[in-house]
Amino acid sequence: MTALARTASGMPAITYNFAYLDEQTKRMIRRAILKAIAIPGYQVPFASREMPMPYGWGTGGVQVTAAILGANDVLKVIDQGSDDTTNAVAIRSFFETTAGVATTTRTRDATIIQTRHRIPEAPLRAGQVIVYQVPIPEPLRFLEPRETETRRLHALSDYGLMQVKLYEDIARHGHIATTYAYPVKVAGRYVMDPSPIPKFDNPKMDDSPALQLFGAGREKRIYAIPPYTRVVSLDFEDHPFAVQAFAEPCALCGAKGVYLDEVILDDKGGRMFVCSDTDHCATRQAEGHTGSMSAPYGEGQP
Amino acid sequence: MSQEMTSLPDAPLLVAEGLAKYYGSRLGCRDVDLTLHAGEVLAIVGESGSGKSTLLSLLSTELAPSAGHVSYRMRDGEMRDLAALSEAERRLLLRTDWGFVRQHAEQGLRMAVSAGGNVGERLMAVGWRHYGNIRQEAADWLVRVEIATERMDDDPRTFSGGMRQRLQIARNLVTRPRLVFMDEPTSGLDVSVQARLLDLIRQLVEEFGLAVVIVTHDLAVARLLSHRIMVMKSGRVIEQGLTDQVLDDPREPYTQLLVSSVLAA
Amino acid sequence: MYVAVKGGEAAIRNAHALLAQRRRGDASVPEIGLDQITGQLSLAVDRVMAEGSLYDRELAALAIKQARGDLIEAIFLARAFRTTLPRFGASVPVDTGAMRVRRRISATFKDLPGGQVLGPTFDYTHRLLDERLATQAGDDADRTAAETTTSARPNVPPLPPAGEGWGGGTAPTPDASPAGEIPAPSLPSSDRTRLLPSSTPETEAGNIRLRSGRGFTGARVHTSGEAAEAPAGPMPRVTDLLGDEGLIEPAPADDGTPPRDLTREPLSFPADRPLRLQALARGDEGFLLALGYSTQRGYARTHPFVGEIRFGEVEVSLHAEELGFAVPLGEISVTECQSVNQFKGSATQPPQFTRGYGLVFGQLERKAMSMALVDRSLRFAELGEEKSAPAQDEEFVLSHCDNVQATGFVEHLKLPHYVDFQAELDLIRRMRAEHAAEAEAQAPDVAEAPHKEAAE
Repeated sequence: MTALARTASGMPAITYNFAYLDEQTKRMIRRAILKAIAIPGYQVPFASREMPMPYGWGTGGVQVTAAILGANDVLKVIDQGSDDTTNAVAIRSFFETTAGVATTTRTRDATIIQTRHRIPEAPLRAGQVIVYQVPIPEPLRFLEPRETETRRLHALSDYGLMQVKLYEDIARHGHIATTYAYPVKVAGRYVMDPSPIPKFDNPKMDDSPALQLFGAGREKRIYAIPPYTRVVSLDFEDHPFAVQAFAEPCALCGAKGVYLDEVILDDKGGRMFVCSDTDHCATRQAEGHTGSMSAPYGEGQP
Repeated sequence: MSQEMTSLPDAPLLVAEGLAKYYGSRLGCRDVDLTLHAGEVLAIVGESGSGKSTLLSLLSTELAPSAGHVSYRMRDGEMRDLAALSEAERRLLLRTDWGFVRQHAEQGLRMAVSAGGNVGERLMAVGWRHYGNIRQEAADWLVRVEIATERMDDDPRTFSGGMRQRLQIARNLVTRPRLVFMDEPTSGLDVSVQARLLDLIRQLVEEFGLAVVIVTHDLAVARLLSHRIMVMKSGRVIEQGLTDQVLDDPREPYTQLLVSSVLAA
Repeated sequence: MYVAVKGGEAAIRNAHALLAQRRRGDASVPEIGLDQITGQLSLAVDRVMAEGSLYDRELAALAIKQARGDLIEAIFLARAFRTTLPRFGASVPVDTGAMRVRRRISATFKDLPGGQVLGPTFDYTHRLLDERLATQAGDDADRTAAETTTSARPNVPPLPPAGEGWGGGTAPTPDASPAGEIPAPSLPSSDRTRLLPSSTPETEAGNIRLRSGRGFTGARVHTSGEAAEAPAGPMPRVTDLLGDEGLIEPAPADDGTPPRDLTREPLSFPADRPLRLQALARGDEGFLLALGYSTQRGYARTHPFVGEIRFGEVEVSLHAEELGFAVPLGEISVTECQSVNQFKGSATQPPQFTRGYGLVFGQLERKAMSMALVDRSLRFAELGEEKSAPAQDEEFVLSHCDNVQATGFVEHLKLPHYVDFQAELDLIRRMRAEHAAEAEAQAPDVAEAPHKEAAE
């Protein structure tokens, strides 16, 4: 429990509950989570609260995490795969302050991982929970702006429109031009937005031993993929879903088959590719793996 | 498949009984009974405000009637009361066994989706998942409605009025429906474009044995396309029969007036 | 280079330290106090309370100070605090008919029971920057300024002096005799906002009251003493007056069902009117202003009249289960706007005026009026009107009126999107490469230009 400074005479001291939210709110969110787990991929409306960070900056994920967080949990927060990006730092310190829980950057040590835009490279295990921050939970939103209509489309499994979008991509670009927030079908029923993770990460959602929870604060929706659930990325038989592949391995740890960030080194076209998952990269480096640019910067540029 | 159905001469496809629609206290239409057989083209004519568009909306389940029933013989041969269909069944019917060609193409097409996508949508909605096959089928239909395949990836905003209507027809017919509703499909088009479109519709109706309910204010359209005709005035059917009979020998003074005004024009 | 992605923690710490420094401004200038904000920037405080949906003047002032005057940021702070408050229950509906009125005007009737009470208003002021305010530093000086202004421009009520403008602040007092006597509008101590004293402050005297037949610009302006001795008589709401004749649709009957609570349940569509009104009451003033304005310009025109705007204090009470009756908790200031709109009637109903309703914390007339306009246009379906404009579109209006949601999502674009951008970068490079390969394959025999087929 945290008491913030009192600021003026006569004003009551301002105190906050464990993990910020009051217990009633947490119970409400837990009910929504339970319903979401019971109906995989279905968007459960919940009474999202105002949070001390802005909408669109992870309020949904933060509320889900706050509702499931216990005193013994070990929390990891990533944004763009990294523990050290500004938003990840802010959210991690929020829970350190309001809940006093232990935090970690090690994927395998965490019991709860809150993420924005990535799934860690290291496979998740049973018992872990990954909480996704979701900006737009409705996969049909940009095809059909009306909530009343999209709800009906989900109810009737009327997903032809989504397929039309993929058709149009191929007709116009020769590819399905969706590279992130790539729609999936969960447990053969609901089409779901996996949040803006790169489609590279989509296969990690399928049959995962971990519980996957999705929170959209501004849009007031929670949805879930229970452990060991079939998650299929939409595609055509003759244009099957495929993930991005990078030409070179990570320049720091030499990892292949991982998602890489492009880092621009100078204004003459110099660039390097490094693991987006910083924990994965650091772990590999600690294990002695090296990449083409493991040497100090400024040397051995391509 | 549709040919098989037409071979059952006495089983009607669509039956309406005692249909009425009130908008508050205002009358849309009332006391309408009709029977439509497979492969039959029925024209509903009348001036604007006569209730013909209301009737079309009732038959196509876009509006719920204030009284009466509409039933339809499903592909499995069972006659079903349309009001009793679930929303899912109704939608499936609308996008497979039925078509609806609108007066304004923007209401019948997705204007931001390519012509191919417009035609392919119904196929994908019923589960087609092979891009090449969807594309081939869409291309075949575009050829049938005389749209060059080079235009397949263009969206209908770049199409002329006549092309849009032909695209609507292809989009509707791709799932081989047995019944198509048409609401003034040719109005607003140039006379020469109209003639070409009517010709195409007539040819497709014959080729696929389509049953059609067409609403028009244009008796020439009714004469060219329909086997039977219903004349509506003030929300009621005042005269009906074989198209040639009614138009050549109208009994009601109002019908006579309609026919003579066309002849005079 | 890679360092740019790292070291976030220290950078954030430094940025926040810099922010604190900038917020404080020049350290040689005295720090602004919350009492100054509640007293002298009271309309900003009102807005933060209204859109923050938290009635607490002092916390709102704190939020404004902490937000460096950024009101949306302040509203956001208020909301985030509000979230953490325990909820004891819902109050009994407030009775605006029993409002202790500080301002009440009707645009539909020249005069009416209770009269037109101008109260503290910017209306009819000339919007001229008053350089005297730039240098004045005390109540006395302000009052002098006020008097000077009054005599110089008789029809222009001066800006209120320090204090909350408890009516008294705006008294033009043409004869100036009681001027020295008018008690300084002592802003009651900070706890007033939480539990207002129920006695009517004598400064009520200051209300400018217009008597029959004079209109707003009437010469015979009754002020101070006179009004003080005759405390405002009953002031029935204009809509009630119209309702007596059946000229306006009755207010919806209270069937006892508690309205759904927007802050406790997710908004779902279709939303009923109580829910819509809640969303509008918290909604962004600027957004609602623009929507209301659009209805006036013909996008779903509803032919509105301002039946009445009233501002003042209403009592809030809570029904205490164990006592069996309602216990007064205190007073809050609210602004209510009831618009009177056209309705042609139908087959079953004779022509009758319809209503739009606006109610907000504090003195926020622009907001209350906009809310009433938008409320009315959202009722199009119920009144059988054609839908043609954004202001009628419930999903559009309610999904976008909350500025805390809006600002969060717009501003989230500042967050890193490296991963998604990388995916796009990869795709576009691949497509460009394919395009180039294709062009190369065709290049030898085909000239560039006619390659593309004629469009249309």
